[in-house]
Amino acid sequence: MSGNTAIKAEHLRKSYGPLEAVKDVSFSVRRNEIFGIVGPNGAGKTTSIECLEGLRKPDQGLIRVLGLDPQKSRRALNARIGVQLQDSNIASQIRVWEALDMYASFYRNPVDYEELLEKLHLYPSRSSFYSRLSGGQKQRLFIALALINDPEIVFFDELTTGLDPQARRTIWELVRQVNRQDKTVVLTTHFMEEAERLCDRVLIMDHGQIVALDSPENLIKELGAEHKIIFSVKGNFQTQWFSGLPSLKDISIFRDRVTISGMNERLLAEVVNLLTARSIRYFDLRTQQPNLEDVFLRLTGKEIRN
Amino acid sequence: MKSLIKLTWIEAKLFWREPQALFFTLIFPLLLLFVYGGIYGNEPRAVFGGFGHVDVSVPSYTAMIIATSSLISLSVIMATYREARILRRFKATPLSPLVLLAADVIVIFVMTALGMMLLIVIAKIVFGLRFSGNAFSFAAAFCISCISFFSLGFILAGLIRTARAAQIVSMAMFFPMILLSGATVPLETMPQTIRSYAKIFPLTYVVKLLKGLWFGQSWSKHSVEIIVLGVLFAAGLLISMKTFRWE
Repeated sequence: MSGNTAIKAEHLRKSYGPLEAVKDVSFSVRRNEIFGIVGPNGAGKTTSIECLEGLRKPDQGLIRVLGLDPQKSRRALNARIGVQLQDSNIASQIRVWEALDMYASFYRNPVDYEELLEKLHLYPSRSSFYSRLSGGQKQRLFIALALINDPEIVFFDELTTGLDPQARRTIWELVRQVNRQDKTVVLTTHFMEEAERLCDRVLIMDHGQIVALDSPENLIKELGAEHKIIFSVKGNFQTQWFSGLPSLKDISIFRDRVTISGMNERLLAEVVNLLTARSIRYFDLRTQQPNLEDVFLRLTGKEIRN
Repeated sequence: MKSLIKLTWIEAKLFWREPQALFFTLIFPLLLLFVYGGIYGNEPRAVFGGFGHVDVSVPSYTAMIIATSSLISLSVIMATYREARILRRFKATPLSPLVLLAADVIVIFVMTALGMMLLIVIAKIVFGLRFSGNAFSFAAAFCISCISFFSLGFILAGLIRTARAAQIVSMAMFFPMILLSGATVPLETMPQTIRSYAKIFPLTYVVKLLKGLWFGQSWSKHSVEIIVLGVLFAAGLLISMKTFRWE
């Protein structure tokens, strides 16, 4: 395995009875990247990530995480990775600091848990029982537990599911911080916005198969979808003024609301330049770019199911 | 080693925060002591070979505490841990399952011993408890009984999937066992038919062993009990090692 590869999975397969959860999936994760596995519920994201973590045994396929086989060297690998599970708990009557103190004792060189408490904004609730924590606090505690051994790779499975937008944003910032400390991050999510904002590369899964794998920017570019610019105008306005713009594809006006569409990012500059040159009074200008959600929609032919 | 010490300490705190387990281990035996001690007193009686009701009851209640720890505390704790996916999180660490089991055994053993000591001290102070055996022999018998019965708890923990089922099954085993094995009501006061049925309950052998050594009988008189408890321990070890699951 080359020095730049953190994880390699080849021809991964896993079935639960008649249900084929993962069908012949191959990919690799580079060191220090944030790698996202996205897709609707039931796409096979959790099964895939749990095979990497050694928690599930794939029916077929080869996995190497930091050069180790997660089945044969589970405990050696566990010492070097950090894991947040979608479906797990700690004892309800355990205090936050006790949980960290206990998990720290499982590893040879744990980090100082007091520092982790500070970083994850958990210091004020360090003596609370686990059962009394809010959803966001619980997830931050799980992040802390995943970081207690200063791991080389951190796995986050549906980290922000069930959290309110504010808590979600806090968690995103924390994930970026983790990544800045030279840690590889592998995460699953069914929020396209989350994947788009956080991930260097995104693997889109549906029905246990890989639908696409690339950076969010490339995936969106390849989609070839329209950029839209929408604004309101006052006074004289004629659509034919815009017909000469190189990036223009379509222009329409409804009452005082103008919608211009084009194929690339240069459209905005062209439109604004023309508006200024002609001294057109415009307001409420906003742009609509294609996003990962559109990519997903195109590739799978359906909206993400929540 | 570091993880065993930490885990044991945390498990002990968690046990202490669990009112149900605490009640059955520490308080319930005292309640029985005061109720029956209050009714019958501790005057010497011929049926008990010259000892009083409390003297006979304390080793029996000790057997009941052992049954509580094994059947209720241990099996329910392990089933809860598995059902609530707490074990699953442990599985994602380098922690060895043996360390986890050892921590639980240590905590439950200490709590059981604490329950027994509390019972003995209170019975001594309030009812003038008499003891005519060898303290070391009695302690050894207590340890043998604990190890053997804990393995029964691990059998249940391994075979039963959910905490609710563990609770039902352990109660269904616990109550007939403590009522008909002499652990609460002395077998000496029961009709012959019940006494012969009592032989099917493993707890009966714990009661016999503890009582015998409490009153200074020799080990050689209790080879049957030792064999039964030894077999139970071996079976428990074997089955629980085969059935241990993280999830």
